[in-house]
Amino acid sequence: MVTKESILSWLEEVCDPEIPVLSLADLGVLRGVEYLNNEWLITITPTYSGCPAMKTMEDDILLKLKDHGVQAKVQLVLSPAWTTDWLSESGRKKLKEFGIAPPEAEVDKSVLFAAPTVVPCPRCNSLETKMVSQFGSTACKAHYQCLICSEPFDYFKCLK
Amino acid sequence: MKNEALYNYVLRLGDDSLILGQRLGEWCGHGPILEEDIAMTNISLDLIGQAMSLLDYAGELEGQGKDHDALAFLRFENEYRNALLLEQPNGDFANTMMRQFLFDAFRKPLYEKLLESTDKQIAAIAEKSLKETKYHLKHTSEWIIRLGDGTEESHQRAQTALDHLWRYTNELFFETTEDVSLIASGVVPSMNDIKAQWSKTVLSVLEEATLVIPSNNWQFEGGRRGVHSEHLGFLLADLQYMQRAYPNMKW
Repeated sequence: MVTKESILSWLEEVCDPEIPVLSLADLGVLRGVEYLNNEWLITITPTYSGCPAMKTMEDDILLKLKDHGVQAKVQLVLSPAWTTDWLSESGRKKLKEFGIAPPEAEVDKSVLFAAPTVVPCPRCNSLETKMVSQFGSTACKAHYQCLICSEPFDYFKCLK
Repeated sequence: MKNEALYNYVLRLGDDSLILGQRLGEWCGHGPILEEDIAMTNISLDLIGQAMSLLDYAGELEGQGKDHDALAFLRFENEYRNALLLEQPNGDFANTMMRQFLFDAFRKPLYEKLLESTDKQIAAIAEKSLKETKYHLKHTSEWIIRLGDGTEESHQRAQTALDHLWRYTNELFFETTEDVSLIASGVVPSMNDIKAQWSKTVLSVLEEATLVIPSNNWQFEGGRRGVHSEHLGFLLADLQYMQRAYPNMKW
């Protein structure tokens, strides 16, 4: 019999297409699994309004469940709005291993208006890094560089 | 239509995001430096995403089965309700940053107020969009200060941009007679409050940037009524090309 637990474990294999080490649950995008009116309803929320990965995530969820013979529907909700606080502990660890600095607790202050957030280098752990640009390879990342090992890296920026 | 006032209001919000998002997207591959190329297209993507949510909701309120694509791609020029500021050509980098800054300083307090809207869907869209808009405003404020208080040339370019774009700013705060009922029922805020906050942000950033508001305060308007500058037609020709050439095509 299909249960909520089995659905959740299957969805554990559905990952962010742009950060393939993170499952949708790790990312905090997966908000609910319910059985309603004879079908499974999967609720997800976008990280950023224009994130082009959302459609792929939706398709991947439906495909994965279809593999297990489950008919489902995906609904997108905007509120409560996604925040990087929803990123799981294991998600943060996986990000760092993948070379992306996980979000710090504070929304980044700007260089001109206040001291910038200290983001440790995911490669050498040095605290001496600099922000190259607030906007990086995807909507959810900023671009940093380590001043010690010179590694350029992505920072999964804090969103609250 | 059940709530025409709300439909028109949401359409204005959606069109502002759509048209500015399209303009910023024109910088893709042309940015002055790689980081800014990426930043402008990131902001463009956020705006297009917000436009999708807003236009979907407008379509729902209209009740004729139109989704965001139908509203974005299949209207005529005089049916768009964006403010004239947002359809103005990119010009140089200073001009693009100034246009974006003047808009971000307006959008942030607007979304902050719309968070408290008695309309659940508007409040949800505002909640989502506000987080993104804060990053945009920070980015453009920094650029205005760097450019204004930078070299002689960057200062002059930023000042020229301000002189040129100032005439389009009043229109952002346009209110119709039908908005009065929306304000009374707590669906949308009064633009007086938004303008006060906008002025505060704009004045403090411009001061730090050593830029001066032009003394000539002649203001243009028309976009909110569908009367646009010549630039919108060319923009729409680009935006709508695929749907017009291949009706109902999908990626």
